[in-house]
Amino acid sequence: MAVPVTIRIQEADFDVAQEIAMLTKGRTDIGAVVSFSGICRGSENDAAIAALTLEHYPDMAEAEIGRHAETALSRWPLTGVTVIHRVGRIVPGENIVLVLTASAHRQAAFAAAEFLMDYLKANAPFWKREESAGGTSWVEARDHDDDAAARWTKS
Amino acid sequence: MKLKYFAWVRERIGKSEETLEPPASVRTVDDLIAWLAHRGEAYAHAFETPRVIRAAIDHTHVKSDTMIAGAREIAFFPPMTGG
Repeated sequence: MAVPVTIRIQEADFDVAQEIAMLTKGRTDIGAVVSFSGICRGSENDAAIAALTLEHYPDMAEAEIGRHAETALSRWPLTGVTVIHRVGRIVPGENIVLVLTASAHRQAAFAAAEFLMDYLKANAPFWKREESAGGTSWVEARDHDDDAAARWTKS
Repeated sequence: MKLKYFAWVRERIGKSEETLEPPASVRTVDDLIAWLAHRGEAYAHAFETPRVIRAAIDHTHVKSDTMIAGAREIAFFPPMTGG
């Protein structure tokens, strides 16, 4: 049976518990689900953030996340993957991204979730613009995000 | 070919996409960036630091020395900040 892979890019919020339930419903081959939620912080370097606005490259974003999911499936014995990335305006405390990885055992699920998040941060075509008291500005990419993604190709 | 721009590249150029046919001498992504940068002040501003510009051909990341022959859609954008 093909491993279920769900990829969604949406403005609406998501319910983590509901997404886990949808992934595991009726399944007896899943022994572990790892869930990673990325959440909008209320400050960056002690400066208050009013909101983030996420822009994306529609067709490429789905394709790129799909390629990462396929790579994860080829590297770990996964039994399910869900990736949801929100776009549009997101205020502090709200969800930005969800990665769920399911497997028979925890090790594969933990590793694949971390791999997917590292790749999403460095390679998925999304851009954050930050609103603060000083106006709006594009968030700058961090070198350590590229380093985090690169470590998966070193070995 | 269709060109797409995102984030501050889009803002600086002032449009999100356009269709252009560069001359045959424009062979690589690097060539295309240099050619676009000469299309006026807005383009020059967008492409003033070519090393930070990322490119994708037909929805796949490419390096700046990639040949553009046969490309249907080429996108330019800053380093990504999703997740």
